[in-house]
Amino acid sequence: MGVDYLLVDSQFNQEELLVRQTARQFVEDRVIPVIRDCYRDGRFPMDLIPEMGRLGFFGANLEGYGCAGMSNVEYGLLMQEIERGDSGLRSFVSVQGALVMYPIHRYGSEEQKQRWLPRLQAGAAIGCFGLTEPGFGSNPAGMLTRARQEGSDWVIDGEKTWITNGSLADVAVVWARTPEGIRGFLVERGTPGFTTSDIHGKLSMRASVTSSLAFSECRVPGAAMLPGAKGLKGPLSCLSQARFGIGWGVIGAAMDCYETARVYSTVRKQFDDRPIASHQLVQEKLAWMITEITKAQLLALHAGRLKDQGRLEPAHVSMLKRNNVAMALECARLARDLMGANGIIDEYPIMRHLCNLETVKTYEGTDHVHALVIGERVTGVAAYR
Amino acid sequence: MKIVVAIKQVPVRDSQLRIESDQRWIQEDDLGFEINEPDAYALEEALQLKEKHGGEVVALCAGPSRATQTIREALAKGADRAIHIEDDNLRDLDTFGIATLLAGAVKAEKPDLILTGLQSDDLGYGQTGVVLAELLGVPHATIIMQVEVQGGSIQVKRELEGGWFQHIEMPLPAVLTIQSGINKLRYATLMGIKKAKSKEIKSVTPAAAPAATAVLERVYVPQKSKQTQIFEGDAKSAAAKLVEKLKFEVRII
Ligand SMILES: Cc1cc2nc3c(=O)[nH]c(=O)nc-3n(C[C@H](O)[C@H](O)[C@H](O)COP(=O)(O)OP(=O)(O)OC[C@H]3O[C@@H](n4cnc5c(N)ncnc54)[C@H](O)[C@@H]3O)c2cc1C
Repeated sequence: MGVDYLLVDSQFNQEELLVRQTARQFVEDRVIPVIRDCYRDGRFPMDLIPEMGRLGFFGANLEGYGCAGMSNVEYGLLMQEIERGDSGLRSFVSVQGALVMYPIHRYGSEEQKQRWLPRLQAGAAIGCFGLTEPGFGSNPAGMLTRARQEGSDWVIDGEKTWITNGSLADVAVVWARTPEGIRGFLVERGTPGFTTSDIHGKLSMRASVTSSLAFSECRVPGAAMLPGAKGLKGPLSCLSQARFGIGWGVIGAAMDCYETARVYSTVRKQFDDRPIASHQLVQEKLAWMITEITKAQLLALHAGRLKDQGRLEPAHVSMLKRNNVAMALECARLARDLMGANGIIDEYPIMRHLCNLETVKTYEGTDHVHALVIGERVTGVAAYR
Repeated sequence: MKIVVAIKQVPVRDSQLRIESDQRWIQEDDLGFEINEPDAYALEEALQLKEKHGGEVVALCAGPSRATQTIREALAKGADRAIHIEDDNLRDLDTFGIATLLAGAVKAEKPDLILTGLQSDDLGYGQTGVVLAELLGVPHATIIMQVEVQGGSIQVKRELEGGWFQHIEMPLPAVLTIQSGINKLRYATLMGIKKAKSKEIKSVTPAAAPAATAVLERVYVPQKSKQTQIFEGDAKSAAAKLVEKLKFEVRII
């Protein structure tokens, strides 16, 4: 369950602890019992969506339109507990809140907000975020998807891929090149010229739907464009929101790996009927994990407090995302190792977390790309090209 | 219908307990705390009765300052307001003392129904609700599995032993001590947690309570009392020794 080596809990207020408790109980009761089968079958646990909506999990740190109006630390703790369950579930909540509701909330017209936010908040509608293209992942600025104006309409052509929730979505936030720069469009499911197809064969994020989106002469009304977002900083600001949540979320996955391996090492006996925990090599791994988890918690908490003060910058978020994902991935690998053969079977959550975290390392800016952001910040020299 | 629910904060279940060096209580410094489980069901029952019949739910808690966490949780789940009898030394009181404090607060509220949990997970006396009812001079029923409101009275279902139940009708006001599992607990929604910030928690200092007559002498880990003795010698003398032990030490023959 909870992992708290350095009394980090003493830094959380009552509301923050209550939010964590609700999320933790929900995950324990509703997610853990079903997630193994979902992962095996490669399906998302759809029936959890309305309840997550009712509990306020979607767009939790947004104000108004039915949203819970949580602080960023409360939001972070929510992500942590959800990802303790599964990174795919956290991806769903991240996409819905940070990549779909956030841009509508920040850049949308009042009409767009009224139409979408209450339904997305309740889980009555699902959204997706289309930025990545087959030829443009780390470098979204090169995107080929275009939108041209015809009368008061926009006509979109192009392809997006690796889109979480793509085929589930009632509304897709699609980023496309226009004569006035990159702009965002709300494209509804069923719009002629808009089709989706799922990506199969994933050995990671199996409990999450990932799709390609195709736009061929896809005509949307002028009112479908997000009026407030112009240029690449529109989508990048959304990614900053989501990355903040990832920086917290992966701590949950790491805690689950650590705690599973810790308990296992005290029970599993080898050589003279002694628990494997009694060996120095095993203890060293557990000590590394709990130390890194604790550091990650403090980094996330500090970033959360800065965000609540309006002082968290994208380059800060890069450090949070990069460090904590790498930490969680290493914890998963070490936990896998400590559990021997049992580390590879889905009776334990380790291999699932490990495989999921390989995606988390890649999406929302790869480990490399965030290193380059930090590098640019400290040297003043951009090294992306 | 106005309902007062008495809730208590107890150490998180499955905590690793360590005993204070003076053996008077457990070390609380690094413990997590949560709502006493049967009290969570009592609160849920109160919230469901309110949703069916209207009215107000008031959470009542006697406990140290850390108990506000549990009170906030009750408010987040839907209690309308709360009363906190706040004192860090309530452990010096016995059941009668605590029930006296609770009774004082309940009297001022004049509720139609008072719910408590059947027992507390830490001390497990199972008496607070009953003594409270006596002090208030109202009827009570324990181990409640179901509550139906019919006008000015209630129908309740009590759990007896061996799978038996008792159905009784009671006048209001009354005190019920609620059994775990009577209903399905809700989660505090994030909106509820936010809303709870602006709900009233009235903090009151405890009135004079009667000094404890029941005192907790010593807290200790259950001692393993299993002993094995092997009688040496031939069968005849071993049997004789066994009979002697059973007669004079164990005293069962
Ligand atoms: C399960 C899953 C869900 C996803 N969901 C979404 C979604 O909902 N919406 C969305 O828009 N996208 C989504 N993505 C896409 C994701 O954001 C991209 O995969 C990511 O941006 C990386 O792009 P790429 O895969 O094209 O890798 P590439 O950009 O081709 O990178 C490959 C490797 O090259 C390295 N590299 C590239 N450029 C540089 C450089 N300049 N310097 C050093 N190293 C470099 C990278 O770090 C990486 O190691 C998802 C991906 C996955 C796997």
